Amino acid sequence: MPEQLFDHDNNDSMTSDSLTVEQAIANLQGEDLGLRVYAAWWLGRFRVDEPLAIDILIQALDDEADRTEAGGYPLRRNAARALGKLGDRRAVPALIQALSCSDFYVREAAAQSLERLGDPSGIPALLALLQDQIPGTLPAPEPPYLVQPYDAILEALGTLQAGAAVPLIVPFLQHEIPRIQYAAARALYQLTPDPLEASQYGDRLVAALAGDELQLRRAALADLGAIGYLAAAEPIAQTLAENSLKLIALKGLLETQIQQRQSPGLNEGAIRVMALMDELL
Amino acid sequence: MPDTLKTLIAAVDAADSSARLLEAVQDLANAADVGAVPTLIAALSYNNPGAAVAAVDGLIKIGEPAVPALLDQLDRHNYTARAWAIRALAGIGDPRGLTTLLGAATADFAMSVRRAAARGLGTLKWPQFPADELEMAQAEALDALLFVCDDEEWVVRYAAVTGLQALAAAIWHRQPDWRTPILAKLDQLGTQDPIWAVRARVWWAQQQLQQLPEPPTSVGAEPIHEVIANWRSTLENLYRRKSQERPLPEGDPRRFRDLAASMTVPLPEA
Repeated sequence: MPEQLFDHDNNDSMTSDSLTVEQAIANLQGEDLGLRVYAAWWLGRFRVDEPLAIDILIQALDDEADRTEAGGYPLRRNAARALGKLGDRRAVPALIQALSCSDFYVREAAAQSLERLGDPSGIPALLALLQDQIPGTLPAPEPPYLVQPYDAILEALGTLQAGAAVPLIVPFLQHEIPRIQYAAARALYQLTPDPLEASQYGDRLVAALAGDELQLRRAALADLGAIGYLAAAEPIAQTLAENSLKLIALKGLLETQIQQRQSPGLNEGAIRVMALMDELL
Repeated sequence: MPDTLKTLIAAVDAADSSARLLEAVQDLANAADVGAVPTLIAALSYNNPGAAVAAVDGLIKIGEPAVPALLDQLDRHNYTARAWAIRALAGIGDPRGLTTLLGAATADFAMSVRRAAARGLGTLKWPQFPADELEMAQAEALDALLFVCDDEEWVVRYAAVTGLQALAAAIWHRQPDWRTPILAKLDQLGTQDPIWAVRARVWWAQQQLQQLPEPPTSVGAEPIHEVIANWRSTLENLYRRKSQERPLPEGDPRRFRDLAASMTVPLPEA
């Protein structure tokens, strides 16, 4: 239910009151495993970027107490996710370390958070993980039992401008899972400096907008919004998907157009995108 | 009911795949027949975005005859369907939709509903309002849009800017005093909104308002006279409730205060 997700889980600007922040920090250090894992999520959700919260979340990446039956680390997963949202680069070394965790979902969260923090020092470890060169990493516990969280790794490499990764990424354009193909196309678009050459990767994502499965069309919308590929504007507007998701994708295109200008102002591309957005409101 | 319409409606009812449903709703929408209204409204809640878009287009094409049914059947339990119905009302622009749009833009808990309503508040067919009600209707729309410009969701603020721009264009010459609050709000959003897409939309609105031609050309359609007999009282009630009505948004920390203290089960991240 993405409508619901975007209706209710997108209040990033919201702040939390101090009583509850203290409570969350206390809970994260407490004995109750349920309260701890919830507090880790909560601190990220409400962007509690106090140094103390960061410290405790970094410590939580080494937690051994909270284990699932399958050997997963729920607290580490939530802590890794929260650290990506809090924007403090002190978390980078611990997140790089977390890329070696046996738990697939901890590695996925760590890759996503390294991407969000925008720190290139994670690139070598991400490349090693992409090639499955880190020992002791277990595959995902459910079908299709992916060996590594490839989509998160590929997206991080693209955002972090890991130009040297291109030859390693290209084979993923043929991966059997469409979501991973899209992640590869998205990364290659970001890593290809020549716009004409890069457009072949953007066009792959545009083609995916016409796919048969709604889930995959939604994924392609998100990827196109992330790369801000202007030629996708009209195809996005015409995709059979929720207007909310199309608007978010077009917002990505619009903001890319604005950022490409040095001074505040609107170019032709920005106006073209806004005209499409107006019709989707 | 003509046979062709029956056939088109039967095709919607018989559709057994998402692609067939989309096709059948498109065919029915293209017929633009008032007899299709109940089926088109029902198609808004099938959880099929393509079919919903086609149904909205069809309802807008049918126009004013679809308005009573849309107002009557606004589905209060399914906000996705409600958002589509509000889009249809906004697209038709009929004056009878005004109070519904005011309420939806300012107080609905679902952002997709607030978004569609905010857009619609600017694009109502003002010439169809009775002359003695027009100023009050526009003043209410303006008040609501200025309020919605501070919504917590970027996409609702974006929609409110489009509504404000359209309303500003409609009143620019008739109500020059209203320009000041409109321009002040646009200036504030255009320089301070945390979301660049919202600022960009404000800049575009400012550009277009600067280029408004002089003098005004208002060619009116026939006013609808049965419009809003109890309109004033509806509005009063609406505005009395407006500030209290909207519940705490999902995720508001005030909701979590008790929960956080009592929770023992981990909450997965959505």
